[in-house]
Amino acid sequence: MAKRKAAFYTMTIPALLLFFLFHTFPTLQGIFYSFTNYDGYSDSYDFVGFKNFASLFTDSNVLNAYLFTFKYAIVVTIFINVISLLIALGLNSRIKFRNFFRGIYFLPNVLGVLIVGYIFNYIFANAIPMIGEKLGSEILTMNILGSEKWAWIGIVIVAVWQGIAFNTILYLAGLQTIPRDIYEAADIDGAGPWSTFWSMTFPMLASFFTINMVLAMKNSLMVFDQIVALTGGGPGRSTQSIAMLIYQGGFQGGEFAYQSANAVIYFIVIVIISVVQLNFLQKRELDA
Amino acid sequence: MKTRNSTNWLITALITLGSLVILFPLYMTVSIALKNPEEMAQSIFALPTGLHFDNFTRAIEATDFFSAFKNSFVITFFSVSFVLLTNSLVSYAVARNMNHKFFKGLYFYFISAMFIPFQIIMLPVVKLTTDLRMNNIPGLIILYIVYGLAFNIFVYVGYIRSIPLELEEAATVDGATTYGTFWRIIFPLLAPINATVAILSCLSTWNDFMLPLIILSKPESYTLPLVQYVFQGQFSTDYNLAFASYLLALAPMVIVYIFAQKWIINGITQGAVKS
Repeated sequence: MAKRKAAFYTMTIPALLLFFLFHTFPTLQGIFYSFTNYDGYSDSYDFVGFKNFASLFTDSNVLNAYLFTFKYAIVVTIFINVISLLIALGLNSRIKFRNFFRGIYFLPNVLGVLIVGYIFNYIFANAIPMIGEKLGSEILTMNILGSEKWAWIGIVIVAVWQGIAFNTILYLAGLQTIPRDIYEAADIDGAGPWSTFWSMTFPMLASFFTINMVLAMKNSLMVFDQIVALTGGGPGRSTQSIAMLIYQGGFQGGEFAYQSANAVIYFIVIVIISVVQLNFLQKRELDA
Repeated sequence: MKTRNSTNWLITALITLGSLVILFPLYMTVSIALKNPEEMAQSIFALPTGLHFDNFTRAIEATDFFSAFKNSFVITFFSVSFVLLTNSLVSYAVARNMNHKFFKGLYFYFISAMFIPFQIIMLPVVKLTTDLRMNNIPGLIILYIVYGLAFNIFVYVGYIRSIPLELEEAATVDGATTYGTFWRIIFPLLAPINATVAILSCLSTWNDFMLPLIILSKPESYTLPLVQYVFQGQFSTDYNLAFASYLLALAPMVIVYIFAQKWIINGITQGAVKS
């Protein structure tokens, strides 16, 4: 038995050490540097206490990045979940070529986010304006990525186009766990499709709804690749997400310590959102 | 609802329309990659009249496609293989000792890392990998294997705990070591969940942009997504070249997907239902 215990330790301790070295240690370093004025390349730095954190709260670029990221993440999460649930319901009903369509809807999930972003960049900049010209529609002739006011919508469209793939498959998996005969029972009771959905289908999907909401929210709060490919954070700083700001400021702007402090705040925000979201959604699951 | 057993044509039509929205950008990609500038001037939407494969030969040359493909392949292949072999082993030790403080603590230690945004590690890890001379392909592979633990432990432990202990006890009585028991009895039983983990890690590693961007220092080790980023400047006016290059970069995964579509979707579905 002692031998068995020893084996379990040798199975885990190397992983623990490596994980500590490459994950926990850099995390602690990040927190450590957030209290300094280190720029990322100099040999020396000084401790500045909470100065970075204090400056963050009055920095309009930081505030702007948080506002953009939250606005974007909430809109994307809602659209992804509504649309993918609708598609999953469609795919789960009696349609022709179901497996073929399921394959098509999942396809965007195997494509690289960055490259999809470049393809849409062209579509927004060239294809849609050309359609707009033909239709004589002034709104469509503009490249929305070039507009400070509307560029974020372009990023939302790309993220939703690609993000629905994975959530659709998860919802479809959930729908397939619901036995068919309870629908027949509801049918006999005279329940319409609308009330069947809200009183039976949706409550039975509760755990899938929770996973999908949390996943979509987490992914969109981290948005980076789409922005690199579509706007680079512009025009101006109108689409600079938190991840983008930390990357640009930290690597190119000599703000290693300052952006580390930003990342610490970002970490706290993500933990709070995750906990609140999980608590709220799981309570709903129990109520349902 | 009386038509329960016949095809619902309205929904079939809506699903078809929706799938056109998914396919349109891909149609654009393929058709632009095959056109020349004169055809583009006539219409960017029309099908190409001839097949201009020279776009591809130019793209292969411009981006050194085969080198980037080889890098992406090597990184994905070794990351996924070692993720399967090591993460399952660690999960096994944790799953079989959840009543023990150390292993239970380890479980929560690994999965709590899922809440830590990569941005907090991003700046220090670049310094660390540079100091350790790991800002290269082997270094990147190690990072993927280690970072995979956070999510994979969660998936594996749930699955392993549903495997009855009796199977292992019989093996132990027969004198098998703990490692032997894992490799010969448990690991083969993990096939369905290994498939889920393999598919998810394969997709995320192959398509990852951020980690290669910050870790890889030499252009000859760049991956396919990174190469598209680096060559954006040259692509800016030559759309046919750019799209040929995008298509080449997307094609390997799409081809795998076309052949293994059912298996991939089922793998993800199973993983979702079980965990």
